[in-house]
Amino acid sequence: MASEVNSEGTGLEFHPMDQFIVKPLFGDGPVLWYTVTNVTLWMGLSVVAVVLLLVIGTSRRAIVPSRSQSIGELAYGFVYKMVEDVAGKDAVGYFPYIMTLFMFIVCANFLGLVPMSFTTTSHIAVTAVMAMGVFLSVTLIGFFKHGFSFLSLFWISSAPLPLRPVLALIEIISYFVRPVSHSIRLAGNMMAGHAVIKVFAAFAGIAVIAPLSVLAITAIYALEILVSFIQAYVFAILTCVYLKDALHPHH
Amino acid sequence: MASNTSQVAETASAGMPQLDFSSFGNQIFWLVVTLVVIYVILTRLALPRIADVLAERRESISNDIAAAEDLKLKAVEAEEAYNKALSDARIEASNIVASAKADMKAELISAIANADVEIAEKVAEGEKIIQEIRANALESVEDVAKSTASALILALGGKGDPKSVEKAVASEMKG
Repeated sequence: MASEVNSEGTGLEFHPMDQFIVKPLFGDGPVLWYTVTNVTLWMGLSVVAVVLLLVIGTSRRAIVPSRSQSIGELAYGFVYKMVEDVAGKDAVGYFPYIMTLFMFIVCANFLGLVPMSFTTTSHIAVTAVMAMGVFLSVTLIGFFKHGFSFLSLFWISSAPLPLRPVLALIEIISYFVRPVSHSIRLAGNMMAGHAVIKVFAAFAGIAVIAPLSVLAITAIYALEILVSFIQAYVFAILTCVYLKDALHPHH
Repeated sequence: MASNTSQVAETASAGMPQLDFSSFGNQIFWLVVTLVVIYVILTRLALPRIADVLAERRESISNDIAAAEDLKLKAVEAEEAYNKALSDARIEASNIVASAKADMKAELISAIANADVEIAEKVAEGEKIIQEIRANALESVEDVAKSTASALILALGGKGDPKSVEKAVASEMKG
């Protein structure tokens, strides 16, 4: 298909990954660590979205909520209940951290669906930092709360004794794979969906395929709306699961 | 867009901007800034406020439910009071009806008795009058008989002493 597009010479640009390029917002200089880039812009916009939803939306403190206040309260209740149900009542103290992660991911995902936008959560650098943050803090919480006995998380006492070392090895490997899967799941989902939309958009340049292409973009866009929410939910709920392991390591 | 970014894209490894490590520092720095800002906003402003609103709502709802419960109790009480008043009024009404009936009966009996007495009086009076009339009539009959007798004597050409006629009539009438 791609060769056909090129051979027609319609000047179609076929660069589905270009949307993920990090570039300075002003000028063409190198991307230093403090450079204001499109990453800065879209992360800033996600902060604005969080403020709009949770601060401006609830500013009236109404007993009978307005629409925006309802959504803010819904988000609050949703994450709060998730933390309480999955990680346990004693994990409620960590609710603000999980709420921060969830709100950032959900806002960044949905802002990424705005045409011509930049999806910050599609970058492994971003999701890996969050996943490593979760991994490290959960591990530290585990050792801090339970000391050396936190390691009993890997020693499955309900299994037969000869099997335990094997299971412990498997458990340890799976424990250290957590941050990898945690981060790649989110970044991969976001990147794949956006790249697919871009590919279909490139095909829309051919008149014959255009209607089909537009339809496919619509369908994938709808799917991406679902994925945007689900991936934020999955990230938050896995964080809760890991937190539960740290707080209650004994099976 | 492509021409603008081709320079940057060239540095990206194999067309995957995600693996362009030169942008990692930038992304990580801004991500940390973003997360800290969101965390501060949430813990300082948004979360306490929403928690307050939710608690307030829960409280006002439970208060309203309690008030509704109270009102319901009051309504039940009011209904009971109403029913009691109604049955009281019914009993009172039937009492009044019974006493009125008794009063009327007594009045009727006394009225009948009075009427009987009056009737008896009237009857006695009437009998007296009839007696008188009868007496008068007897006298009149005597008069008529005396005058008729003397008239008859005169008509028959007799000469009647009025005194003897009267005696004769009286004796006749007694006989």
